[in-house]
Amino acid sequence: MAENTKNEKILVDIQHERLSFFTPAGEVKALNDVSFKMKEGEVLGIVGESGSGKSVTAYSLMGLTAYPGRLIGGTIDFNGHRINDMTEAEFREIRGNEVSIIFQDPMTSLNPVYTVGNQIEEVIKLHTDKNKEEARARAIELLTLVGINEPEKRLKQYPHELSGGMRQRVMIAIALACEPKLLIADEPTTALDVTIQAQILELMMELREKLGMAIIMITHDLGIVASMCEKIAVMYAGRIVEYGTTDDIFYNPKHEYTKGLIKSIPRLDAKDHERLVPIEGTPVDMLNPPAGCPFAPRCDSCMKICLREMPPVTYFNDVHYTQCWLNQKAEAEAAAKAGKEEADE
Amino acid sequence: MSNYLLEVEHLQKHFPIKGGGFGNKKVVQALDDLTFGIKKGETLGMVGESGCGKTTAGRTILRLHEPTGGKIIYDGETLFDKDNKIAVNMLPYRKKMQIVFQDPYASLDPRMTVGDIVGEPIDIHHLCSSKQERYDRIIGLLERVGLNSEHANRYPHEFSGGQRQRVGIARALAVNPEFIVCDEPISALDVSIQAQVINMFEDLQEQMGLTYLFIAHDLSVVKHISDRIVVMYLGRMVELADSYELTMHSMHPYTRSLVSAIPIADPVQARKSKRIILEGDVPSPIDPPSGCRFRTRCPYADERCAAEVPEFKEVTSGHYVACHHLDKVK
Repeated sequence: MAENTKNEKILVDIQHERLSFFTPAGEVKALNDVSFKMKEGEVLGIVGESGSGKSVTAYSLMGLTAYPGRLIGGTIDFNGHRINDMTEAEFREIRGNEVSIIFQDPMTSLNPVYTVGNQIEEVIKLHTDKNKEEARARAIELLTLVGINEPEKRLKQYPHELSGGMRQRVMIAIALACEPKLLIADEPTTALDVTIQAQILELMMELREKLGMAIIMITHDLGIVASMCEKIAVMYAGRIVEYGTTDDIFYNPKHEYTKGLIKSIPRLDAKDHERLVPIEGTPVDMLNPPAGCPFAPRCDSCMKICLREMPPVTYFNDVHYTQCWLNQKAEAEAAAKAGKEEADE
Repeated sequence: MSNYLLEVEHLQKHFPIKGGGFGNKKVVQALDDLTFGIKKGETLGMVGESGCGKTTAGRTILRLHEPTGGKIIYDGETLFDKDNKIAVNMLPYRKKMQIVFQDPYASLDPRMTVGDIVGEPIDIHHLCSSKQERYDRIIGLLERVGLNSEHANRYPHEFSGGQRQRVGIARALAVNPEFIVCDEPISALDVSIQAQVINMFEDLQEQMGLTYLFIAHDLSVVKHISDRIVVMYLGRMVELADSYELTMHSMHPYTRSLVSAIPIADPVQARKSKRIILEGDVPSPIDPPSGCRFRTRCPYADERCAAEVPEFKEVTSGHYVACHHLDKVK
C-alpha cells in the first residue's frame, strides 16, 4: 500500500448500528442508529454519562457484547472485516492483534494468579510464531516502552505487587503487544489519581506518535478529550447527539446537551465565583426511553415535536453534525431567509 | 479567643497493622500533624491523591476514628486532647457535626426505607415528640434536598446515584447541624448530576449557615466550592491558601504538579499548557520517607529534605507552605 494514502484509509466504518440487550426486564436499546467513521491513526473521544452507550459502541467493534446483547441492525466494518458476520474464532484472531482494549479498572482486569510476564507473553505467543525466548524479549521491550523500570524483575511479579498506575502500564503493554491498528481505551484513568492520570495520558500520546495506531478514548471527563482527541462524539441514551472536531465541540457546540455539559463543569481558572449551570433532571431510563428525542425531558428549549419524533441529522460542515430539532429549525429558517433574499433579487 | 468554629492542632491518626505477629509495632501513619481552623460559614476544601489521609482526616475530626494524638476544639470546647487526656462523650456533638459519605450506594442501609434512614438521627436525638411531627420533619428534609414525600416509603435501590446522595445529605441535615464533613460527596456521580449536587451544597450553606469541610480529589470542584483549600500529601499538609491563590499561585512543587495535571476542558489552552509530570508513585504510609514526605518524587529534593521535616509556615498572608526550597520553585 502506498504510504501517502495511509492516513486517508478508513479504519472503522459503523453505519446505523442498533444493539439491544435482551434482559428479563425487557429490551434495553443500548445503541440506536449509531454511525461514524474513523481514519487510520485518528484519535476519537466518546463522551457521555454512564449508560449512554459509549462503552457498548466500542465493545461491539471487538464482538465483546455477548449474550444477552445482540446486534439487531446496521453494519460495522473494521479494517476490512465485516464484524456482523464474524464467528467467535474469527474474533479471537483480531482481538489483541488488530484491535486491543484497555479497561477502566487495572485492579480487576489483570489475572491475579499469573505473573505479569506470563500475561504479556500469552498475547505474543497467541498471535505470532515467536518462541518462548523471543516472546520474553518482546515482553521486556514492551515494558520498557511503557516506562516500567527493571522490566526483568517486573515480569516475575504478580499484579498485586504493583501499584494502580503500574498495572495500567502493564495493561497498555499487553494491549500494544501486537501493534494493533486500533486501541480502545475505556476510561483508562478513571480509577487513577490525577498525577498518575497525567503520566498515563502522556504515555498514550507518546505511543501513538511512535506506533501510529488509532485510539478510541472513552471517558466522561471533557478535560481529557480536549487535550487528546481530534474528533469527539457526544453520546446520550444510545445515540450520537453531536459529532465534530474538538474545536467544533468546545467552541461551537450546537446540541443543548453538549452545551449543558460544557457549562456544568467548574473551571479551575475562574477568578470570580460563578454558579454552575447544571443539566436538570436525571439520565433516561433505558428500559422505557421517551418517544421522541431522548434528551427532551431534560432540555430547556424542548418543543412539542421533540417529544414526538426523533430529530434527523443536521450537518454544519463535513464532520460536525447534531441530532436536534432546534438545529433543524434554525437551518430551515436560514434556508428560508436565503431563499427569500434570492427571490427578492 | 479565636474566631474559628473548629480547630485541630497536631491531629494524628496512626492505624496499627493487624496480624503482624509478636512485637510488631508497625503502624500506618495515615495522618500526621494536622493543624488548621475553619471559620463559621466557611468552606475549607481538602484535596490530595488516594491514600493521602483526607478521608481519615474527616473521620478523625468527627472522632469516628479515635485520634492517636493532638487536639480537637469545637466552638471553644475541647473534644479531644491527647496530652491532657480529654475525650468527651460525642453524642451531644453529633447533633452539631455531621458527615456526608462518599459512596451513596454503600452508605444507605438497603433494608430501611428512605423515610426511616432520614428519621434515624431524629429518633436517636429525640428531636420529635410525636409521630406526625417526625413525619413532617422528614418530608421537610426530603423537599429541602429536592426529593418529595412519595420518596419516603421507597428503598435506596429504587433511586439513582444522584438521588441517593440527596438522601445522604438529608440524613446529615436531619439534626440541624452546624458543621458538615463532605467526604467526596460527588465523585461517584455523573458529570451532569455533579453540578446539581454542588449547587445544592451551596444553597444549603446559604440557607442554613453551614460550615463545610469539603474533601475531594478533584481540584477544580474543590476550587469552585471552597473559600480556602488545604492540600494533603501522604498524611501531611503541604499547602494551605485561599482557593484562587492556591490554584493560580501555588508554591509547593506537589501542588504545582497537581494543578498542572488537571485536564483543562478547553482545547486551545490544553494544547498550550505544559504538564509537570511527577515520576513514580505515592510511597507507602507504613514506611514514609524521612524528612519531607514528598521528596522521593520532588524534582528539587536534596539532603536537607531527607533530614528535616519542612516546617508548615506562613509565607504570604494566609498562605502556608511546607517546603525547604520555595526560592528554587519560584
